[in-house]
Amino acid sequence: MPEATPHRAHVWDVLFGRLTLDSLPFLKPDLEGRIVLATLVVVLLLGVAILGLVTKKRLWGYLWREWFTSVDHKKLGIMYMILGTVMLLRGFSDAIMMRAQQAYAFGPHMGYLPPEHYDQIFTAHGAIMIFFVAMAYIVGLMNYVMPLQIGARDVAFPFLNNLSFWFTFWGAILFMVSLFVGDFSTAGWLGYPPVSELQQGPGVDYYIWGLQLSGVGTLLTGVNFVTTILKMRAPGMSMMKMPVFSWTTLCTSGLIIATFPVLTATLFLLSLDRYLGTHFFTTGFGGNVMMYINLIWVWGHPEVYILILPIFGVYSEIVPTFSGKPLFGYSSMVYATAAIMILSYLVWLHHFFTMGSGADVNSFFSLTTMMISIPTGVKIFNWLFTMYRGRVRFTVPMLWTMGFLFTFTIGGMTGVMLSVAPADFLLHNSLFLIAHFHNVIIGGVVFGVFAAVNYWFPKAFGFRLDEFWGKASFWCWLVGFWVAFTPLYIMGLMGVTRRLSHFDNPALQPYFIVAAFGALLIALGILAFIIQIGVSIMRRKAYAVGGDPWNARTLEWSTSSPPPAYNYAFVPNVHERDAWTDMKKHGFRRPLEGFHPIHMPKNTAAGAVIGALSFICCFALVWYIWWLAVASFVGVVAASITHTFNYRRDFHIGADEVRTFEHTGNWQPEAQGANA
Amino acid sequence: MNTTAVDNAGNAPSRFLCHEEPPAHNGTLLGFWIYLMSDCFIFASLFACYAVLGTSTAGGPSAAEVLDLPGLAVNTALLLVSSVTFGFAMLEMARRNKGAMLAWLAVAGLLAVGFVTLEIHEFAGMIAEGAGPGRSAFLSSFFTLVGTHGLHVSVGILWLVVLMVQLGKFGLTEANIRRLQCLSMFWHFLDLVWVGVFSYVYLAGVLR
Repeated sequence: MPEATPHRAHVWDVLFGRLTLDSLPFLKPDLEGRIVLATLVVVLLLGVAILGLVTKKRLWGYLWREWFTSVDHKKLGIMYMILGTVMLLRGFSDAIMMRAQQAYAFGPHMGYLPPEHYDQIFTAHGAIMIFFVAMAYIVGLMNYVMPLQIGARDVAFPFLNNLSFWFTFWGAILFMVSLFVGDFSTAGWLGYPPVSELQQGPGVDYYIWGLQLSGVGTLLTGVNFVTTILKMRAPGMSMMKMPVFSWTTLCTSGLIIATFPVLTATLFLLSLDRYLGTHFFTTGFGGNVMMYINLIWVWGHPEVYILILPIFGVYSEIVPTFSGKPLFGYSSMVYATAAIMILSYLVWLHHFFTMGSGADVNSFFSLTTMMISIPTGVKIFNWLFTMYRGRVRFTVPMLWTMGFLFTFTIGGMTGVMLSVAPADFLLHNSLFLIAHFHNVIIGGVVFGVFAAVNYWFPKAFGFRLDEFWGKASFWCWLVGFWVAFTPLYIMGLMGVTRRLSHFDNPALQPYFIVAAFGALLIALGILAFIIQIGVSIMRRKAYAVGGDPWNARTLEWSTSSPPPAYNYAFVPNVHERDAWTDMKKHGFRRPLEGFHPIHMPKNTAAGAVIGALSFICCFALVWYIWWLAVASFVGVVAASITHTFNYRRDFHIGADEVRTFEHTGNWQPEAQGANA
Repeated sequence: MNTTAVDNAGNAPSRFLCHEEPPAHNGTLLGFWIYLMSDCFIFASLFACYAVLGTSTAGGPSAAEVLDLPGLAVNTALLLVSSVTFGFAMLEMARRNKGAMLAWLAVAGLLAVGFVTLEIHEFAGMIAEGAGPGRSAFLSSFFTLVGTHGLHVSVGILWLVVLMVQLGKFGLTEANIRRLQCLSMFWHFLDLVWVGVFSYVYLAGVLR
């Protein structure tokens, strides 16, 4: 509405682009404005409290030197996990708002969210949960665990690893800024045209640039991990002796390399349409909307396997450890992972069987989709056979794993139902689909992340997590999930479609009320998780553990908890799968003398600087502040070039320092390990 | 916590630990090669767009009407010769002949500048004739595919200039040799993509 905009001086346009006071939703006097204002106040108070505490405790220097500029894969892994948890709270708030709206908005009641706002919320929920929760979590896990598992001192490109983190971080911040400055996309989590082409304002642009930033970060991570695994495994660790989690990291990174460039290209084309008036995905001038939908799913389908494969790796570590047996069918697990990696690239069209590509094409994609359930089934049976006749310990990680086996199998079966093209014509875009993918992503990825956090937390911090609150969190999540999504399955079968902020038929309301109750149970599960972390930190002395608290099997448990910066004083020499079990079996004793200096990468500020400048550039592009976009882009290039002039990127940790740590670190009392 | 005994027998540690540090990996070339493969996917997406949209002229000019084959011949020659001269520079690098190496690098860079200049000239001409990227889906995909390649070449030129400064200043150190090898891969990779562009976009486009 250009005529409604008050006249502004030309200088404002130059300085601030299309950013005006009207762009600030919390200044609006309506209900929506007040909700945003309240959120802003809470966020500001929290922010001021945290920043104040950091300042009061004089932690800025410490954070900058030890964390923000760190190239240590372990610290970066932990920062990814923190980012994932914070974004989980944001993404889950969106979920609760949607559940509340749908439980209430029937007949004459329009609910508290106008459709325009509701559309922004489901878009933000999906995009945040995938890109900044699930991706942050799995990248964090792979970062922390993989180099330790293969006996490396760090990843192949430690600086790139730091840069990747900052790109992901600033992408998340760009999404968060959209909450308070301007609005967000209403085009769904994949930004489908024509809505993403036609929506005015900065919403879609926030979406595009936030994803571009984090996407580049993820791509660099993929390149980094593949190189690390291929080049830096400990001597003796042939590919078929590598722990399964590292195998899944390799396959996931391969998928990242093969798919994230497609996402980058697709969003780039969308931004050309929006910024320069090209006609890739427009409905006129020869543009083709389905081109976008094909391209985005060429990335999007492998993406869900990028999420689940490392999590399959997590379960493959946890099940043998707590069953006291080697993994059943190691080779079939590896081949199944590789098969899923390849098949996942051949199924993208099942997301739009309704496109009208004909029976032949649909049959092909239907069959490839069904085929994926074969290697996945192999994995399920491998875990079950590992537990069979094992001495299963029902620890918290194991509970999550068993909850996963039950929940994920059902989610997989509804996936096979959707893969039948004729059935999909009925179920397409219905709540059945929503229930299905939450079934596999919550039941698979989220459960796996919690299992992994409970499993590796003692390694990262030297104390274990509280059992009671861990179990409370598990049961709330498991029951909450089924209460929240069973009604969606049922309604989906009845034909109720997704993404609606209001329903006319009052007969549906009870289902939505039950679903909202389920979401509340999940909220309790998240709360229990946060309490679990808090309680464990407070009781960290009582919960202190050694290097190998679970009597586990892989190399990361052979070093101190937490591990030293250099991971291993002597690089391990591997003879068998489950290298640490092998070492324990042979009565391994750790040497306490004869250390040598260790060559390590130096910390650098370049990643933090380049990340921050990229964020400014993207923000300026969202708001058409051209001078700032150009200036910050020049800054990014200049900072990158400056970094290449830094030739002193490494240093040696002295033998004395290594010796000191090896005598004071927190190892497993060796007798305990040897008897196991 | 630490009750570890010093190993006196000495057998277990030597079996399970490397007392010598394993040789440093050189993962950079492999990593860069993997990056190039991922870049391939960006070009693959753009080629796919061109394949689908290349005939969607929306009543505007077609490929046969706007593409300039004589200009293409010059352009292609510049880029291919630039690749050859970069190869000469690498040979001089292997001979540790810094001066000759820098000279060949300069030639390779200038040829690439010529390529980009001609491309900009071609683009400007098309836009002036009303065949800009906003005219039709065909032109959108043409400008984006060819332009993305040109952008890559431009980044390569900037990288080359920076690296020449570093080579001049710090000499043929291990790090600089590694960087030069990466840039060399990048240079030849862009050549290869251009072979795809001129055969699929230009030649096939004019024949269509």
